[in-house]
Amino acid sequence: MSATTHALHLDRFEAAKAGLPGDARARADALARYAKLGVPTPKLEAWHFTSLKPLDEAALAPSDAKVAVTAATVAGHALSTSHAHHQLVFVDGHFRADLSRIGTLPKGVVLTGWSAAKSLPKDFLAEAADAGAMRVLNAAYAADGAILEVPAGVALAAPVHLMFLGASGAAHARNRITMGEGASATVLETYVGTGRYWTNAVTDISIAAGAMLKHLKLQTEGGEAFHTAATAAHVAAKGVYDSFVLSIGGKLARNEIDAVLKGEGGRVKLEGAYLARARQHIDNTTIIDHAAAHCDSEERYRGVLDDHAYAAFQGRIVVRPDAQKTNAHQLNENLLLSDRAEIGSKPELEIHADDVKCGHGATAGEIDEQALFYLRARGIGLEQARGMLIEAFVSELIDAIADEAIRDRFTASVGGWLYDAQGARRAA
Amino acid sequence: MLEIKNLHVEVDGKEILHGIDLSLAAGEVHAVMGPNGSGKSTLAYVLAGRDGYAVTKGEILFQGKDLAAMSPEERAREGVFLGFQYPVEIPGVSGLSFLKAAVNEVRKHRGIKELDAMEFLKFVRAKLKMLEMGDDLLKRPINVGFSGGEKKRVEVLQMAVLEPRLAIMDETDSGLDIDALKIVSSGINALRGLDRSMLVITHYQRLLGYVVPDKVHILSGGRIVRSGGKELALELEEKGYAVLGADAA
Amino acid sequence: MASSTVETLQSVIQPYKHGFVTEIENERAPKGLNEDTVRFISAKKGEPEWLLEWRLKAFRYWRDRMLPEGDPTWARVSYPKIDFQDAYYYSAPKTKAAPKSLDEVDPELLKTYEKLGIPLKEQERLQGIAVDAVFDSVSVATTYKAKLGEMGIVFCSFSEAVKSHPELVRRYLGSVVPYSDNFYATLNSAVFSDGSFVYIPPGVRCPMELSTYFRINAAETGQFERTLIVADKGSYVSYLEGCTAPMRDENQLHAAVVELVALDDATIKYSTVQNWYPGDENGKGGIYNFVTKRGACRGANSKISWTQVETGSAITWKYPSCILQGDNSVGEFYSVAVTNNRQQADTGTKMIHMGKNTRSTIVSKGISAGHGQQTYRGLVRVSPKAEGARNHTQCDSLLIGDKCGAHTVPYVEVKNRSAKVEHEATTSKISDDQLFYCRQRGLSAEDSVSMIVNGFCREVLKELPMEFAVEAQKLLGISLEGSVG
Repeated sequence: MSATTHALHLDRFEAAKAGLPGDARARADALARYAKLGVPTPKLEAWHFTSLKPLDEAALAPSDAKVAVTAATVAGHALSTSHAHHQLVFVDGHFRADLSRIGTLPKGVVLTGWSAAKSLPKDFLAEAADAGAMRVLNAAYAADGAILEVPAGVALAAPVHLMFLGASGAAHARNRITMGEGASATVLETYVGTGRYWTNAVTDISIAAGAMLKHLKLQTEGGEAFHTAATAAHVAAKGVYDSFVLSIGGKLARNEIDAVLKGEGGRVKLEGAYLARARQHIDNTTIIDHAAAHCDSEERYRGVLDDHAYAAFQGRIVVRPDAQKTNAHQLNENLLLSDRAEIGSKPELEIHADDVKCGHGATAGEIDEQALFYLRARGIGLEQARGMLIEAFVSELIDAIADEAIRDRFTASVGGWLYDAQGARRAA
Repeated sequence: MLEIKNLHVEVDGKEILHGIDLSLAAGEVHAVMGPNGSGKSTLAYVLAGRDGYAVTKGEILFQGKDLAAMSPEERAREGVFLGFQYPVEIPGVSGLSFLKAAVNEVRKHRGIKELDAMEFLKFVRAKLKMLEMGDDLLKRPINVGFSGGEKKRVEVLQMAVLEPRLAIMDETDSGLDIDALKIVSSGINALRGLDRSMLVITHYQRLLGYVVPDKVHILSGGRIVRSGGKELALELEEKGYAVLGADAA
Repeated sequence: MASSTVETLQSVIQPYKHGFVTEIENERAPKGLNEDTVRFISAKKGEPEWLLEWRLKAFRYWRDRMLPEGDPTWARVSYPKIDFQDAYYYSAPKTKAAPKSLDEVDPELLKTYEKLGIPLKEQERLQGIAVDAVFDSVSVATTYKAKLGEMGIVFCSFSEAVKSHPELVRRYLGSVVPYSDNFYATLNSAVFSDGSFVYIPPGVRCPMELSTYFRINAAETGQFERTLIVADKGSYVSYLEGCTAPMRDENQLHAAVVELVALDDATIKYSTVQNWYPGDENGKGGIYNFVTKRGACRGANSKISWTQVETGSAITWKYPSCILQGDNSVGEFYSVAVTNNRQQADTGTKMIHMGKNTRSTIVSKGISAGHGQQTYRGLVRVSPKAEGARNHTQCDSLLIGDKCGAHTVPYVEVKNRSAKVEHEATTSKISDDQLFYCRQRGLSAEDSVSMIVNGFCREVLKELPMEFAVEAQKLLGISLEGSVG
């Protein structure tokens, strides 16, 4: 039997575990659970549209390489220095203090790499009984990641930029963001890299009463890369979790968000866009769990698909029996630019309370003929008109990003996907 | 017709009306005016029997009967009609079949023979003619996608069809332009009669230029602070609520 | 308001009226399921060899490939494991010979159908509706056969069609739902007993509604009927189906298969009012309704329209679907489903767009009350070659009470960019404002709820043929919409 990513992760654990920090027993348990679960297949409802076979066949071993990354490379992916921000850099899942610029933090705020932290949260590797295979595999192998703690009442003004660079093997970064009561912060995760590698990230977020986290993610992994990521956010009463995910890169990418509204008056906003071409496969799977009454959630994902690209959207909204007065709305819209592009969309409602307002919608189709005609009637060429409408479709979401530096970065990424350096639209 | 004596009303445990006295004789039209939050809509809802509006003291006598003891539908069948400020949309239920069911409930209650489909249609057509209205709005689901003016016209039509003894018009003029206001008020005027009393609740005087009341009451802070003839409305228009001892508008 | 509304709805949804048992002698296959059961059924019906072979192929597939994996678990319904050996697979009223006319039909049976409001005697027949009455496993009577025959329309029991039109049955049986399709369809293919067969010749517009009335009577008996409708080029047929069963404490399995084939320019309208016994308020008893219904729009410009009103059954597992193969073909699905007490329903549709400019419409209205759990599950797939495909889906759920659930699981798969697919879903309750508005006009709380529910379902109910709409509305306890104006 030839080596698979799955087999390599099972085989290498004995040798690797001594070098892995934290609770060894928790790791062994996690690996045993992973061994039992195996690589998810489309037979699992949660993986209905996505097969990880290409990842398994890529035979990627857990990464231990110390890849050389230059400051210039990092600078090329950094946010504009004209805007204050805190930057942490991870290479193949390992914190690199030498490349990071954490800067001055308000009193009580903890921001560092796990390997540089004084202590670790006790439950750092803990996984719920129903956690998926990719999460438990991360728990078995996670060696590093970012830790952000914002104490009660503190507003972290400048955004935190967590930059993940991939270069070889499988990187299992594990991040933890803890927002104290009434605290606020903006965190940007970016994923970039070159060559064939696999990012398998976990980000666990806890938002205390009245706290707010703006969480943005820009996924522009290399064209041969695999990306799987799971974010879990627990939101207490009157807390706000505001997420935006822009997925552009990777050969096969899956982003999961599992947001739980645990106290009354909480809000969750999930927005995202995905742009795919060639034979890319991009999967966005989200769950918004209304476990408390009087909470609002809003979700909107838009996709643009070209060539042979395939995108999946699975959005599930759960309203628990006591979550009365819930407002939940979800929309997934897709633009297909080519005859061979495909979309699979599953917006799902699971409602167990009667006094709620919930709705969802999904659309798929090509660029609106009428809008196209309108622009052409005003003298704009067909290709330019198409470009304008595609850009408008995506930027309608991006323009609402509050942080200027991050918004510029997102806009530039969308522009780079649409147009080449000469400003011509990249053809299918 | 209607006797309200020392009426105290609570909503969510908070007293909104603090002792209202009002007497409305058969055939009379009274206007109740007041600034926002003065308790006007509370008065309308408590007369119609909406859940959550609790009478804690005092009484409401309608034709000698204790209105407060009745369910909303019993009051309607007795002849109490509330013209809603914001008529609700009911998808899929056509205005005609809804009205037919309502008319027959009222007739059953009064011991009159119920109308069959043909008789009902004839009956409605006569009312439409009287109000110079077409039947297009009735064929559509109740209030769904109606403009503000259309909703209020349908309320007036329903009043005409149900032939109430007491009509409470709750801010029927709100959200209407001048043309719609004229149409709606001429409808209300057409329905005035010796055996029908009306309580016209409004924030502004302008409706009363078309529907001239026999008496005007000014409601403020849950109390009637002044009562007078129709000229009171004009005075109010001129001086505002503040001067008349009411809270600011 | 919630609790009073729940009580109101419970009174709106009328108590089950068809729960009586007909005392009649039965002939049954021995209990259990094996190849002998299949042979027994086939022999009873005097079937040709090819049909027995087809049944056996299905049975072996089911026994060897499906049974080891168990019955499907992906639907959001839960029930104790079914022991397939602990049931009868064939039950028929004992008769000396097949009745040649209604006069020879057992009077007990005629009485049963009369009690259900389906008079079979032609002098009392329903105006303009031809009825095939299926009692347990067999068809007991078909009305208007001769009149339809003059136009070349075949409307008879499935067993009869096997004898009288073997070439048609052989050509189309299993052509839409193959014997290996799914657990219950495969089981049905092995043991199906009877059902209706319809063939409409080219260019013929069937002058009356064709209807089958299914009745489960015998205890411990599964009902596995099979219906096949073929509408030849340019023809039209409207077909109605009604179902009831006695009240019993044990659960009974009903696993039917319906296949529809519409050739060029043909239209099939298929309406169902499903009122199998739903079990009592504690969830004891009731029918497991595990049904496979599928139509193939094989010809250009063909159309298949499903309308269903599902108020019965303890568990409903049903997805009437359309395969839109012909260019410009049209598929429609209109559904009202009510789950009250402990009922569970996982129902929806599949629209598979394959031909060019194919169009589909889905309107689903779900009402959940009591502890009812309801799921809309639907698939809209646009294949790569389905240029210009259009779909619009509207799923609305109404929740009454805080112990019930309403779930929506749509799958949208688009592989052609010229497609336009739209899915919308909403969940709501009857608002206090709506209820108060109706009561202020003199309607009782009960009538108000009934009227609002009726309005909620209107888009679907208006798709039913008049005769059926009456029954459906009676079922929902609602007065006839649109009888005035």
